Amino acid sequence: MSTNLTPSQHLELYYFMQLNRQLEERLVRLFRQNKIVGGVYSSLGQEAVSIGTSYALEPRDWLAPMIRNIGTLLVKGFKPRDIFTQHMAKYTSPTHGKDGTSHFGDLKTRHVVSPISMLGDLIPVMTGVAIAGRYLGQNIVAMTWIGDGGSSTGAFHEGLNFAAAHRAPFILVLENNQWAYSTPVSRQVPLKNLADRALAYGIQSRIVDGNDVIAVYETSKAAVDECRAGRGPILIEAKTMRMKGHAQHDPAEYVPKEMFEYWKAQDPVARYEKYLTGHKLWDAGKKSEIDARIERELDEDQKFAEESPMPPAETVEQGVYCEGCHTIEADWRRPKKEVMPPAASVEAVWKVADFGSFGTDKPAKSANSGSDNGPQPSLKEPAKTEAEPEVPLRVPFGRGPKDRAFVRESQEKAPAADRRGKPFHKGHRGKPFGKEPHGKRGRR
Amino acid sequence: MPQITMLEAVREALFEEMERDPAVVALGEDIGVYGGAFKATEGLLAKFGPERVMDTPISETAIVGAACGMSYLGLRPVAEMQFIDFIACCFNQVTNFAAKSHYRWGAPVPMVLRGPSGGGVHGGPFHSANPEMYFVHTPGLKVVYPSTAYDAKGLLKSAIRDNNPVLFFEHKFLYRRIKEEVPSGDYTVPLGKAVVRRKGRDVTIVSYAAAAHTSLEAAAALAKEGIEAEVIDLRTLQPLDRETILASVKKTNKLLIVHEDTRTGGIAGEIAAIVCEGAFDDLDGPIARVTGLDTPVPYAPSLEAAFLPSVERVAAAARELAKY
Repeated sequence: MSTNLTPSQHLELYYFMQLNRQLEERLVRLFRQNKIVGGVYSSLGQEAVSIGTSYALEPRDWLAPMIRNIGTLLVKGFKPRDIFTQHMAKYTSPTHGKDGTSHFGDLKTRHVVSPISMLGDLIPVMTGVAIAGRYLGQNIVAMTWIGDGGSSTGAFHEGLNFAAAHRAPFILVLENNQWAYSTPVSRQVPLKNLADRALAYGIQSRIVDGNDVIAVYETSKAAVDECRAGRGPILIEAKTMRMKGHAQHDPAEYVPKEMFEYWKAQDPVARYEKYLTGHKLWDAGKKSEIDARIERELDEDQKFAEESPMPPAETVEQGVYCEGCHTIEADWRRPKKEVMPPAASVEAVWKVADFGSFGTDKPAKSANSGSDNGPQPSLKEPAKTEAEPEVPLRVPFGRGPKDRAFVRESQEKAPAADRRGKPFHKGHRGKPFGKEPHGKRGRR
Repeated sequence: MPQITMLEAVREALFEEMERDPAVVALGEDIGVYGGAFKATEGLLAKFGPERVMDTPISETAIVGAACGMSYLGLRPVAEMQFIDFIACCFNQVTNFAAKSHYRWGAPVPMVLRGPSGGGVHGGPFHSANPEMYFVHTPGLKVVYPSTAYDAKGLLKSAIRDNNPVLFFEHKFLYRRIKEEVPSGDYTVPLGKAVVRRKGRDVTIVSYAAAAHTSLEAAAALAKEGIEAEVIDLRTLQPLDRETILASVKKTNKLLIVHEDTRTGGIAGEIAAIVCEGAFDDLDGPIARVTGLDTPVPYAPSLEAAFLPSVERVAAAARELAKY
């Protein structure tokens, strides 16, 4: 996939991916030394998803990570010490020991919302962030992540529908790592492609090789641009693989060995290193320079975390309520008078422009008088890009290279079987379902 | 001053707050064009437009989740539950997401979640609930439950201006039944302050919402018998005004707690414990309570009447207590 990233941005992507990986490796070591208070939820093998997606956001944009998205926090400017101290429940952690892992955020400068453990809850929350950003005239995009497992929750569906109904500038990255704790995706969802969930909400979706950081970035960047242009929300399914158990305690013996072996060959960091070498974007000297920088930063921050104190017991009751400790002020980027009467006033009647459309192509459309929620999405086709030969075919989820039907299909379509160059699937608001919506592939 | 109903008081508070602060937005099911199931938001859309008055899908989890997200950007969303019973559908968003946000990572959620609650209107098991104690039990939430039009307006304004998630219960039995003079301009009633509705020396009756009116009626009947009951209206259940309760008990030495919520786990038990901890030596008799029964709120008027605390039950309990 071609990209407009500069050479230094390419190296920055590597820095973040490797930092993500090395940081988590240290967390595993600390866990084994009993220095981690709770669990360690590895994103080994999924770093390209966290880094590639969040790298497409601008500083004004908002994100909310899930448990395996430590990488997104690094991209947003948090430091390894924040992650170390969080896991070690130190007083110096962003939550002062009140919560652990990636459960922290920053409303003021980094625009990060803290996740909670209940899956799917961030989807309506980030939809609210997106709607508020639009209301305030900030022109922001909000992004969050969900797993294959979390896509079965009510909050996922309620949130995505809400986002779609309000045309929120919101991107949901469905990180399909093929395992919800111990249950394979085939036992959770009767779909080959979880991106098909988007069809039910009439929103755009895209499938991307989650182990190809450039593809993830380019897909995300295009989605960010679409959202900013008022054509959100968008669902991106990133196909990847969780290379460890659910958390450190779980040896993941339920995962077939061959599956690990197959995906080990797809390792996103190794693939990206090869890409950088192949494109002459670095040399061995540059690589060791970056790696040494990572080591140095991690050494320093780990030391800081290990030497930090635990929170004093007397802080336990602090902060249940905000009693004037925060000043709440919205960052208005449009004149307030636009949202005040008389400018904001409307005739409060529904204008149903189109009805009785049963059996026609056009869905019924209704809107508040004077203020349609936004233009009907009409998509411009993303620039066609040539598939790059060194990028291997995307393996449809649940189908390994030994699957004969897959091999045959791949040969027929190669190299075009790589869907990354294809335009976004349009959902029902564009023209009727495309000639070959991605969901059809792999079905009878 | 004009006489208005509690429903009109709620509407007035919303209008005035939205006029005062463009960060105040409203969202909920059918709150826009239709004006809300009880018409509490009637006229808001026409005046403030669809960006600020959002008709939403039937999706309580999404409504509350989105409100949390909006509050992170400095808005002050007021989300409506069409009936407060449906708050069960978004329990997770309220108790895990909104309530813990400030404690966990210092992110305030200045959100109001309001809706019609309570029985007495034959709404049956799913349109009559008093689910306040789930939320009183959850640190990080504030719970407000007014009993008068004046308080409804002043407390709702305080709730909107508060930096925490506030659950605002509007007893639907009172919506159109009480009418009183309410100032048309700006005023607030502080959260966490109870009020003594009737002064008395013989027994303290602590109550809130519709049951406060039941208690006042009982107190009037008791007065004819020579028993002077002091009636406290809590107004806010979280934070709870312990001082007002304790001061009254220290004066009357007897405590009766009346609420419409079910008995087990109702706030009466908590208040009894607080009084035992803070004024045990002042008690001259057992702490008594008259509450809703430990059942769902039944549909048939005869059953519902048996469920609700009645003037007779309150008066009888106070009479017993007065004997000590």
